[in-house]
Amino acid sequence: MNFTFDLNTIWFLLVGALFTGYAVLDGFDLGVGALHLFTKTDEERRIMFNAIGPVWDGNEVWLVTGGGALFAAFPEVYATVFSGFYAAIYLLLLGLIFRAVAIEFRSKHTSATWRQFWDISFSASSIFSALLIGVAMGNLAWGVPLDAEFQYHGGFLGLINPYTLLVGVTTVALFMMHGAIYVVLKTEGELHDKVRRWVNNTIIFFIICYGITTMTTLLYVPHMAQNIREHPALFILPLINMLAIANVPREMHHGRYFFAFLSSCVSVAALAALFGLGLYPALVLARPVAANSLDIYNSASSAGTLKIMMIIAAIGIPLVLAYTSSVYWIFRGKVKIDRSSY
Amino acid sequence: MDAALVSRLQFGLTIAFHYIFPPLTIGLGLFLVISDGLYLKTRDRFYKNMTQFWVRIFGLIFALGVSTGIVMEFEFGTNWATYSRFVGDVFGSALAAEGIFAFFLESGFLAILLFGWEKVKPGTHFLATVMVALGAHFSAIWIVVANSWMQTPAGYRIVEHGALMRAEVADFWQVVFNPSTLDRISHVYMGCWQAGAFLVLSVSAWYLLKKKHRQFAVTSMKIAIVIALFSSVMQLVTGDFSARGVAKTQPAKMASLEGHFPANEPAGMYLFGWVDTKNETTHGLEIPGLLSFMLYGDASKPVTGLDAIPKEDRPPVAIVFQSFHAMVAIGMLLILLAIISTVGWWRGFIFEKRWLLWVLVFSVLLPQLANQLGWFTAELGRQPWIVYGLLRTEDAVSKNVSVSQVEGSLVIFGIIYFLLGALFIYLLDSKIKHGPDDLEPLPEGHRA
Repeated sequence: MNFTFDLNTIWFLLVGALFTGYAVLDGFDLGVGALHLFTKTDEERRIMFNAIGPVWDGNEVWLVTGGGALFAAFPEVYATVFSGFYAAIYLLLLGLIFRAVAIEFRSKHTSATWRQFWDISFSASSIFSALLIGVAMGNLAWGVPLDAEFQYHGGFLGLINPYTLLVGVTTVALFMMHGAIYVVLKTEGELHDKVRRWVNNTIIFFIICYGITTMTTLLYVPHMAQNIREHPALFILPLINMLAIANVPREMHHGRYFFAFLSSCVSVAALAALFGLGLYPALVLARPVAANSLDIYNSASSAGTLKIMMIIAAIGIPLVLAYTSSVYWIFRGKVKIDRSSY
Repeated sequence: MDAALVSRLQFGLTIAFHYIFPPLTIGLGLFLVISDGLYLKTRDRFYKNMTQFWVRIFGLIFALGVSTGIVMEFEFGTNWATYSRFVGDVFGSALAAEGIFAFFLESGFLAILLFGWEKVKPGTHFLATVMVALGAHFSAIWIVVANSWMQTPAGYRIVEHGALMRAEVADFWQVVFNPSTLDRISHVYMGCWQAGAFLVLSVSAWYLLKKKHRQFAVTSMKIAIVIALFSSVMQLVTGDFSARGVAKTQPAKMASLEGHFPANEPAGMYLFGWVDTKNETTHGLEIPGLLSFMLYGDASKPVTGLDAIPKEDRPPVAIVFQSFHAMVAIGMLLILLAIISTVGWWRGFIFEKRWLLWVLVFSVLLPQLANQLGWFTAELGRQPWIVYGLLRTEDAVSKNVSVSQVEGSLVIFGIIYFLLGALFIYLLDSKIKHGPDDLEPLPEGHRA
């Protein structure tokens, strides 16, 4: 495949950047959720909630905007994937609703049963959402049955196979590692030391999943590596990915938690980039009839609309980055429980 | 049932439930700008305390709004894939712009609003409040742009794309400022301000009745009365503009609003009535010629009636008629309540008259009802079209999603939203019962 930096490619990158932003940011929220039930006392659990308290809904906006940008730039993909993955999409939405509601509602009552219920909801919905996101990505990589009108024919169970489940579990593992490091960064004292030990386990869990997924992808889903095979210079990306992952335990070992978190962010972003590079220029691979695939040309909006959207993105994205980073700056440092906390 | 009907029911349920929350955040957003601004100006911690209470209410409502809003963002794709393919080029841009310009602004600064009291200076906090309110208002702009384009499509061309036809943007500004955008956004804004103002009135009236937090309640109420009076009166003006626009652009909807059947005769307005769809007549208490007069300044001018419109292109007249009339009736009632409250503030009786306070406690439901009825009128009045004149609703659904799948998701949403609604009411109630924090006396020599 030859790369041309046309409008469609730029939009592929922009939509990809939004979903990657979602994975990097909400990834640690989901990871914190996945680890939540390992904490025992109410105090610890409150700290877990408040670690992500000020940022989680801003992080979720990356998904909403990614969905909107996908609709605007590649409406055929938006229509095909969301109608095709109907049940999976609604399960993901329910997962995200439950997570949001659990965060918001848990602290509103002091009864132990009430809090236990929302703790379980929070954790289960976080794990479930991460798993579904991974399964969906696994399907896009594996290829889905599309007909000539780009309609998906496979039902919900068609989305589940060993490979897609593997990608799902790997996503959960990745987010658990990411979330654990984030908690280490945001806590102090006993909880800090405890989660610090968990990080090692999550790293091992993730690296095992990562190894298996990489191997199975190369063996059974070789088209995902085609672009890199044809353009060896692109091998820089998997290299960055592997170095970033390897750097995580190194930074943790030296107690440089912020850099460990940055490395983890780079790992998530590089994995998302590898996924995008594997697909490019396709967005949804069709199998068995590859000709029915949706790519950045046959699924795109008109050139005029893509140009208008470029202007909107050029104005909007710097603003978004500016105030997202200022919010993170204001809420830097360790979590302190006060009256406005969850 | 067919897929289109179940999908419509599901969309109706999810959007109606969602639309409980955004008007409140938009209206409360405005209120918060005023109350946080008063704190910034006076540095009196009474205003800080007051703002903090309403910010907590805002946070709860916002969380529900976000959770139910994500569903909307994806539902066009899941259930209305054919529609999405047809309009994505036009409609998707508005949704993406909403995300980039509004949601990030709102959710980012909300963190400071909720959790930043001790971390930033009052000036920065006020800035965050303004940004959250702006974000809430921006999101309404883009979603109303998108919906108005469905009502009065403009600035597009129909182009062949693959095997299908689709609408593409020809002139972006014509899409944004399509014939109904400005009328409708102002009408929506006033409805939102009413929702926020009457929520504040309701809670404050309850505190006055319970003889709790008196100073807090009186001050909140005064701010809310100003917003309620302005928005309720302006709602009449914006509603009038909207109706004139509808007469020009959507004659079938206009005729349905008043159940006007004769093809080319002057039309009156009903104070109340019912539509006999079988015999194609409307009965009730009618002021003859009033609709003609309102629209054209001449009671004898004809208004296009439903008889001039082919049967298959007519909206469900009876329900459009009733929801429109109920909305207008509630609107009038809200104006009356706002005026009584204003006079009551001026003469001092509003804070004392118990029956009046009880009326205000329940008045919170009225703007909610009117907002819902207004959208019923707008959306059902556009039927049988999903994009007026271009695409029929029945042709817009996802082709590969089975009826049973949609029934399944509809039932699940019905249950989940019912529980969410109950939890919301419960938590709102407990927050209100908890009330604003009591101000502790400051240590010697300290200023808040």
